[in-house]
Amino acid sequence: MIPFDFEYYKATSIPEAIYLFQNLFLQGRNPLYYGGGTEIITLARTNRIYTEAVIDIKGIPECNVFAHHDHKLLVGSAVTLTRVSEERLFPLLSRTCSEAADQTARNKITVGGNICGRIIFREAVLSFLLADSDILIAGPSGINKKPIHEIFKQRMRLQRGEFVVQVHTDTDYTKLPFIAVKKRRIGSVGYPVVTIAAMKKEQLVRVAFSGVCAFPFRSHQIETILNDRLTPLETRIERAVRHLPAPLLSNTDASAEYRAFVLKNTLLDVLTALEEV
Amino acid sequence: MTIPRIPKVSIDLLVNNEMRNVVVRPSDTLLRVLREVLGLTGAKPGCENGDCGSCTVLIDGWPMKSCIMLAVEAVNQQITTIEGLKDTPIQNAFLEQWAFQCGYCTPGFIMNCHALVNIHPDANDKVIQEWLESNICRCTGYEEIEAAVKSVLSKQRSDGRYSH
Ligand code: FES
Ligand code: FES
Repeated sequence: MIPFDFEYYKATSIPEAIYLFQNLFLQGRNPLYYGGGTEIITLARTNRIYTEAVIDIKGIPECNVFAHHDHKLLVGSAVTLTRVSEERLFPLLSRTCSEAADQTARNKITVGGNICGRIIFREAVLSFLLADSDILIAGPSGINKKPIHEIFKQRMRLQRGEFVVQVHTDTDYTKLPFIAVKKRRIGSVGYPVVTIAAMKKEQLVRVAFSGVCAFPFRSHQIETILNDRLTPLETRIERAVRHLPAPLLSNTDASAEYRAFVLKNTLLDVLTALEEV
Repeated sequence: MTIPRIPKVSIDLLVNNEMRNVVVRPSDTLLRVLREVLGLTGAKPGCENGDCGSCTVLIDGWPMKSCIMLAVEAVNQQITTIEGLKDTPIQNAFLEQWAFQCGYCTPGFIMNCHALVNIHPDANDKVIQEWLESNICRCTGYEEIEAAVKSVLSKQRSDGRYSH
């Protein structure tokens, strides 16, 4: 049971959602935008967030778009991971989303929720990082498009009152060769030890990671090291792992040492496969 | 403009083909409303954290964990609980295959499996495994549940499509 009350508003347009947020904020009700809601419900149940009003954005048509348009793939923030997995408009994204959480949960979890969430494992963002996608954001200052690399730094850096409407990706990126590997300690459910998504563009490999550090990331420094074909592959991987942007995660699923071991092996598999493409 | 505070709301929920009016806190989960307001106790609270699947119901035919859904979100959608299934092939298959022991997880599994055989009549082993991984059973070894799903799938393949 959620131990406190909040009000629920279902917005049917972007201006309505922003208006509601501003008004509720001015009244001190600490509003939250609500997509799939799975993270809000679980955090609220355990008293780890507090709000007096949620604004559901699932009724906003722009947030439900999932289609190619004008050489771009538009993914609405309220599109569920199940829809992304089943309508394979961006096969790498479908693949990574199809491995997040479990099948039933994916019927509820949305792309926006997954990329904006607090959870360490945010698989949907990896494909967008690799594809240099743009994020369409709505807020009190209007609707703006920003490169993902500008707005996603360890987590989505949204200003108060802003929410993600869509993610735009050049159609070309949706057709590139890719590989996505999720390594768990045991079986095929549960949190992963390491997730790696990679794609190859113009002979260069791009790699994004989740579960390795406390946040998902893509690192140009690591990619430069990994793409140095004059150096043996194992040496490149050893060097790359020394340039992680933060300490390796260490938790009950895997110690940092074990994670490093799995990371290196997975990188070896991923690069071997992609270099042969 | 001040937006008035609304502590409780009156909503209409379409549950098992019956329109039910309920007064709920907007922060009430669907699971809580089904069980404590509507008296439909088939959906079971397990983890209440989206992990175990014992609370699974169908929303417009798709399985949803009712502990991670607000009741107010279910307005204008068709909710089906285990109480809404009568003599379906998957229920009979659970009996025939001994796919339960204590039975606590069973309503959630049945809802999920019922949706699976409807949505994916051509489900292969990979799809079946993916779907079954959404639910946890503490008693069986899952083999019997998988056998129940497969028996319905093969029967409906030989008979033509599954019907409700
Ligand atoms: S009680 Fe809902 S998933 Fe466990
Ligand atoms: S039959 Fe007891 S938990 Fe599944």
